[in-house]
Amino acid sequence: MESDYKVKLEVFEGPLDLLLYLIKKEEVDIYDIPIERITNQYMEYLTLMQMLNLEVAGEFLVMAATLMYIKSRMLLPVDQQVADADEEDGVDPRWELIRQLVEYKKFKDAALQLGRREEEQSKVFTRQTVEIDVAANEAPLAEVSIFDLINAFNDVLKKASARDDFREIIEERFTVSDKIEEILYSLREHAEILFSELFAQAMSRTEIVVTFLALLELIRLKRLKVRQETAFGEIHVIRVAV
Amino acid sequence: MTAQLKNIVEALLFSAERPLSPKEMRTIFSEAIDEENPLAAEAHRNVREAQIAAALEELKVEYDTQQRSFQLVEIAGGWRLMTRSEYAPWLKKLLDEARPHRLSQPSLETLSIIALRQPISRADIASIRGVEVDGVIKTLLERDLITIVGRSEVPGKPLLYGTTQRFLEHFGLPSLEDMPKAQELRLQAAALKTAEAKVETAAAPKENEGQATANPQQN
Repeated sequence: MESDYKVKLEVFEGPLDLLLYLIKKEEVDIYDIPIERITNQYMEYLTLMQMLNLEVAGEFLVMAATLMYIKSRMLLPVDQQVADADEEDGVDPRWELIRQLVEYKKFKDAALQLGRREEEQSKVFTRQTVEIDVAANEAPLAEVSIFDLINAFNDVLKKASARDDFREIIEERFTVSDKIEEILYSLREHAEILFSELFAQAMSRTEIVVTFLALLELIRLKRLKVRQETAFGEIHVIRVAV
Repeated sequence: MTAQLKNIVEALLFSAERPLSPKEMRTIFSEAIDEENPLAAEAHRNVREAQIAAALEELKVEYDTQQRSFQLVEIAGGWRLMTRSEYAPWLKKLLDEARPHRLSQPSLETLSIIALRQPISRADIASIRGVEVDGVIKTLLERDLITIVGRSEVPGKPLLYGTTQRFLEHFGLPSLEDMPKAQELRLQAAALKTAEAKVETAAAPKENEGQATANPQQN
């Protein structure tokens, strides 16, 4: 029951964030991290977060394990260390972590400057964009009902089972949200595409179903419209200007 | 004559709802038609980009020295008229009620990574940040700051993301080269690529070497 009350702490977005904070607080050299001290601090912090009932994301625990591992390797005399398969002899066990921290810190600094630019930019104004509905002047299209859509979907499925044959099984997992992005991506290049084109590349029944669900979701979100020129004609999927 | 060119450029900037590049303006000059006074448009038919750039520079200086309420700013690959920041309080009242919220720290970090390393997959962004980025990516896509730019060739063919024109406008950046830390982080990426390329050439079949040595003999 207690877990219901957990709050997400945004202060340290991830383990790298927390490590950078500790390095700064302890005023130590990022290229020569005193691993034992920092590991102890890190563990203390995790305990504190758990005591405060804050949700500790899995990534924090993975980092804790990494730190412990590095610490244990540093404690071993050099000649007794077991070399990793893809690790050269004599490489500082901290190196990979340091590389990651240094790189992350650079992006974090860049983000800080971006934030300042955003602040400055929020004070300047330009002429406002007036939305012009280009579609208004084009050939009149009738709105499509959900039954037309299901009908068209059925056709696609039938065609798909007709071309079903024996082939290698590839495990591919499709999510509706991925498909949503894909549909929006193709609509970015063409303001309008045909319903059947959406499924032209589909490899499996599952993919067809997921694509259709994505389409329905986009219609619900009013991100796109479906129209047809004639009754039972081809269905057009049209982008809606946001 | 030149004054007139400058005025046309000013009129274009005044009415444009997006940044205009000198190249785009040159196309406008080469295609414009004045039915009442054909010679007027004809006179500027062959304006060069350099002349337009000079007019832009002149206008910019003019607005600055005259202390106008607006300025000419180089942004997102073009030029755009923008108000000066001291007038923000009033303009906010006029227009800003529905302006989207400022971006969160995770969003800014993710954007920096995408801007400097594009095209890049979710997994690669997550490995730099050390945390999942799914939620952040969704927000950035919705705000049109990033877009899908293709698919990677690696197994699973993950989607690749890049920044948009809107991104440059949002942060007032003339181009991606003007990203904070651009040089440092780009160089790093370039160095990585050369290292990879070297590994690949080393692993490449020997036939290439044979050809390379055969060529000098032909010469």
